[in-house]
Amino acid sequence: MSTLRTAVDRRSPEYEANRAALLAGIANLDAEQAKALAGGGPKYTERHHRRGKLLARERIELLVDQDSAFLELSPLAAWGTDYPVGASVVTGIGVVEGVECVIVANDPTVRGGATNPWTLRKTFRANDIALRNRLPLIGLVESGGADLPSQSEIFIPGGRAFRDLTRLSAAGIPTVSTVFGNATAGGAYVPGMSDYVVMIKDRSKVFLGGPPLVKMATGEESDDESLGGARMHGATSGLADFVAEDEVDAIRLTRRVVARLNWRKLGPEPKAVDAPLYDEEELLGVVPTDLRVPFDPREVIARVVDGSRFDEVKPDYGTSLVTGWADLHGYPVGILANARGVLFSAEAQKAAQFVQLANASHTPLLFLQNTTGYMVGARYEQGGIIKHGAMMINAVANSTVPHLTVVMGASYGAGNYGMCGRAYDPRFLFTWPNAKSAVMGPAQLAGVLSIVARQAAAAKGQDYDEEHDAAMRKMVEGQVEQQSVAAFLSGRLYDDGVIDPRDTRTVLGLCLSAIHSGQIRGADGYGVFRM
Amino acid sequence: MIGTLLVANRGEIARRVFRTCRELGISSVAVCSDPDVDAPHAREADACVVLPGAAPADTYLRADALVAAALAAGADAVHPGYGFLSENAAFARAVLEAGLTWVGPDPDVIEAMGSKVAAKKLVAAAGVPVLPDLDPGSATEFPLLVKASAGGGGRGMRIVRSPDDLAEQVAAARREAESAFGDGTVFCEPLLEHARHVEVQLLADRHGAVWALGERECSIQRRHQKIVEETPSPAVTPEVRERLFTAAVAAARAIGYVGAGTVEFLLADDGRFHFLEVNTRLQVEHPITEEVFGIDLVAWQIAIAEGDRLPAGPPAPNGHAIEVRLYAEDPEHDWRPASGTLRRFRVPAGVRVDSGVEDGSEVGVHYDPMLAKVIAWSPTRSGAIRKLAAALERAEIHGLVTNRELLVRTLRHPEFARGATHTDFLDRNRLTEPVAADVRPAALAAALALAERRRRTTPPGWRNLPSQPQRAVFAHRGGVVEVEYRHGRSGVTTNLDVNVVRTGVDSVVLESGGVRTVFPVVVCGRHVDVGAVGFTIVPRFPEPETTLAPGATAAPMPGTVVRVSVAVGDPVEAGAELLVLEAMKMEHRVLATTGGVVAEVLVETGRQVDAGDVLAVVEERA
Repeated sequence: MSTLRTAVDRRSPEYEANRAALLAGIANLDAEQAKALAGGGPKYTERHHRRGKLLARERIELLVDQDSAFLELSPLAAWGTDYPVGASVVTGIGVVEGVECVIVANDPTVRGGATNPWTLRKTFRANDIALRNRLPLIGLVESGGADLPSQSEIFIPGGRAFRDLTRLSAAGIPTVSTVFGNATAGGAYVPGMSDYVVMIKDRSKVFLGGPPLVKMATGEESDDESLGGARMHGATSGLADFVAEDEVDAIRLTRRVVARLNWRKLGPEPKAVDAPLYDEEELLGVVPTDLRVPFDPREVIARVVDGSRFDEVKPDYGTSLVTGWADLHGYPVGILANARGVLFSAEAQKAAQFVQLANASHTPLLFLQNTTGYMVGARYEQGGIIKHGAMMINAVANSTVPHLTVVMGASYGAGNYGMCGRAYDPRFLFTWPNAKSAVMGPAQLAGVLSIVARQAAAAKGQDYDEEHDAAMRKMVEGQVEQQSVAAFLSGRLYDDGVIDPRDTRTVLGLCLSAIHSGQIRGADGYGVFRM
Repeated sequence: MIGTLLVANRGEIARRVFRTCRELGISSVAVCSDPDVDAPHAREADACVVLPGAAPADTYLRADALVAAALAAGADAVHPGYGFLSENAAFARAVLEAGLTWVGPDPDVIEAMGSKVAAKKLVAAAGVPVLPDLDPGSATEFPLLVKASAGGGGRGMRIVRSPDDLAEQVAAARREAESAFGDGTVFCEPLLEHARHVEVQLLADRHGAVWALGERECSIQRRHQKIVEETPSPAVTPEVRERLFTAAVAAARAIGYVGAGTVEFLLADDGRFHFLEVNTRLQVEHPITEEVFGIDLVAWQIAIAEGDRLPAGPPAPNGHAIEVRLYAEDPEHDWRPASGTLRRFRVPAGVRVDSGVEDGSEVGVHYDPMLAKVIAWSPTRSGAIRKLAAALERAEIHGLVTNRELLVRTLRHPEFARGATHTDFLDRNRLTEPVAADVRPAALAAALALAERRRRTTPPGWRNLPSQPQRAVFAHRGGVVEVEYRHGRSGVTTNLDVNVVRTGVDSVVLESGGVRTVFPVVVCGRHVDVGAVGFTIVPRFPEPETTLAPGATAAPMPGTVVRVSVAVGDPVEAGAELLVLEAMKMEHRVLATTGGVVAEVLVETGRQVDAGDVLAVVEERA
């Protein structure tokens, strides 16, 4: 039997301390996410409701199947920037008529749903998820167009929005646009590039140029309805495939469109699912508050995988990295989890082999990150740590089975790459609230800078100002610390969301199910492995 | 001696007679119409003859076809059940002329009693008190009751409260009587509104013995049809009983009655009573007499038909029995009959159930929508009430609207407990009006059980950023009930003041004020029953096609158009009669929902319509 055992003592002071710290982190996360939920705030929300319109999340709630799960993506987008948290768009994966879809809904209460640079990035990420995982894309469109003050950051890259839609279509992934209000100028190409378009009587306005612009350009007198009303597009231009009576009817029609896609998932069906033997609530007590204190990732795996069953591969070799097989919500996965932060040559080679094994058996991979990077020092350099790290990165980079990454704690240095960080295109990447990521730890980074400065001073024969050094170290530490926290990284779209650790199994289950909309195929080849 | 008996009937009464046949060792023959070929009664008999067609007139009312069926199946006797041809003298004669035994009174007696007008005269001559006849053309005493002379089961019966309505109601009663009985003769009597309907069960042999087997109180009625019956009557004193029995036996002897029969009386609170009619057949409510007297009336019908003698005296009554008639109908909507599939039908043990249906039975539009009779016996009246109400409440009846709740409320009503069961019981106690009970906890249970049914392996309604609650909307008693709930890490939270203890696909446990209550949930298609509370799922997205244009009137139920009262161009007031539909042998007036001018009439007399079909459109005049 390969059922994991637990050594967690719920009554230990460490457990209590860990739990309290993580709960505080979750409370902070909730407070930040509440900003995204608040959209444009009570005033604009009320005005929107007064106009008889539904909020973006109300539209989504009505669109998805009753009692089904909805995984919202990138809710903290634009955190720590000059733009509102959430980036004036809601994206996520929901089930519509039994079909898992990516849903992108403009939030018209935030500056009229105008697109800012972060709106673009968040939308592109959603488009990527649709394309990579073969998920139909549904746009709930109501946007005043580009946020003009930041047009220089939007106009050129923004063209990708339309490119994405037609490439999805070309890839056989249906795209649906339901237009709740404005979709004008460039925005008109969103319905324009979609496979299916639903518009709403007296609400949808879809045109390249509105009455003032037309008047300026050609002198023609016109009005909203004749230029871009739903009835006109339904009966005359043919841009609208369905004309709805109202918002609810539009959502009904959108659901009918999806129901008629005759969608079939291409990935293998999940096996029967059983719950882990241990309570996911205990994850809060497992993870130490201090990232320098290692923890056994098997305690996490035991609370995430089906029946807490885990068949570990090479358990006695390269023990800083745990590798093995499990099922998660019925889907087989190969798991790579850092056990003691540092990756040595053995761990790197073990990982490179394991990734190849997973590809050979077409098994998705789950990376559980808690790494401070590859080992440094003469002994290790001489032992070929660069070559071995490169092998691991090569295998991960060229692996074609779906990857899922969860940052459980530290994600520093090249460990972030080897453990499938954002740059390695995991299908989904989620972060726990306690996690941190940077090129190295804040203290180390400040220390390195201090040593370099001290050496530079010594080389010039100057005295080293210790007081200045202390201030510099404090400042750098503070900045790195601030830029390595989960919300900051999430704000920059470096993950798909910060999640409550207790939701890990559910989130991964939803992702695996979504991923299986497409085919699961292992790699046929890799880059040259430097032996 | 009868060896093979054909029952010229369907449903529960056919099954009831077959049961006795099995006990007596008599072979049974069923008849069935096309829609009934898979009905329980058709399958239960030793043999079955299909009568092609669906309408009663083509099937169960075809005397020639029934006699031919009996001969073809080798039957030597015919039992008519109740309803259909049970009181049809011509049928009884045809059976006898074919050389078969007729399980019932002689055709002449049936004929004599078939005319209520004639029957009244006959028994009055024997000294039985009767109500005076009023002139249908010029009556001045109101309220009065128009009755079909050939009637029964409330058909062709009309209450008239004002002289203005007299002509119209008499005409309607005539039409209904003509359609139902082929005889449009009607007569009028004073209407005693606060009276009781009490009847005496008789058994008479061919050798002059007549038994009076107790009285039955059948006052609680809707549309002149009984729905609750009991014996003994809480209103009948030994002295009144004595007089009732004497009058009933006198009536039976006056007409030379043989077999099982019933004499119906209207009983006033002061103990005075008047003869109503003689039913020359087995009554629907015969089981309560059987329960109290410990006899099998069908077995006695057969024995008497075979010429047997009744023993010296009737058995002594013991205890109390109550019967309710469970109908597929909606008491809140003018008792509108329901049709469709009865998905589940289970009544707890401990009571007698005479049913014509089972799980999966189709209840069609052609026949009476009675599903079953449920009968409870107990040494005491209160014991019988308690037993019957509990059995009904716990019965699993799904797929169709029924009068179950109304029956439970009736049985548990303090007035019923007191025995104040007059004919106006339902109206006086407003039992057809919705109760103001808080059904939201039950609706919540329905919503949560549905959520469990939709559950995938991930938690239902899971959100990483919860914002909106889940909403479920149900139709209930003509209104809607909405509940909101969220599935969270610590369980389900709701907008109600209850705690959700446990959720499952077929039961939900809620706690309120420290008390945990189990809500059993059964889902049949769009219908969700939580205990005895029925809900219909309101779809999240109304189909715009189903919303009627303003002024359009749709058929409230399937039926046949018997009269179109307006023509295109006619001005009409809101509430004016547009046309009349006949369904289940009842006439239903379809009224204009708005005033205006008739713009379209989409049907004509004789047209069969389905529920929801647009019948006419009234355009509002600006």
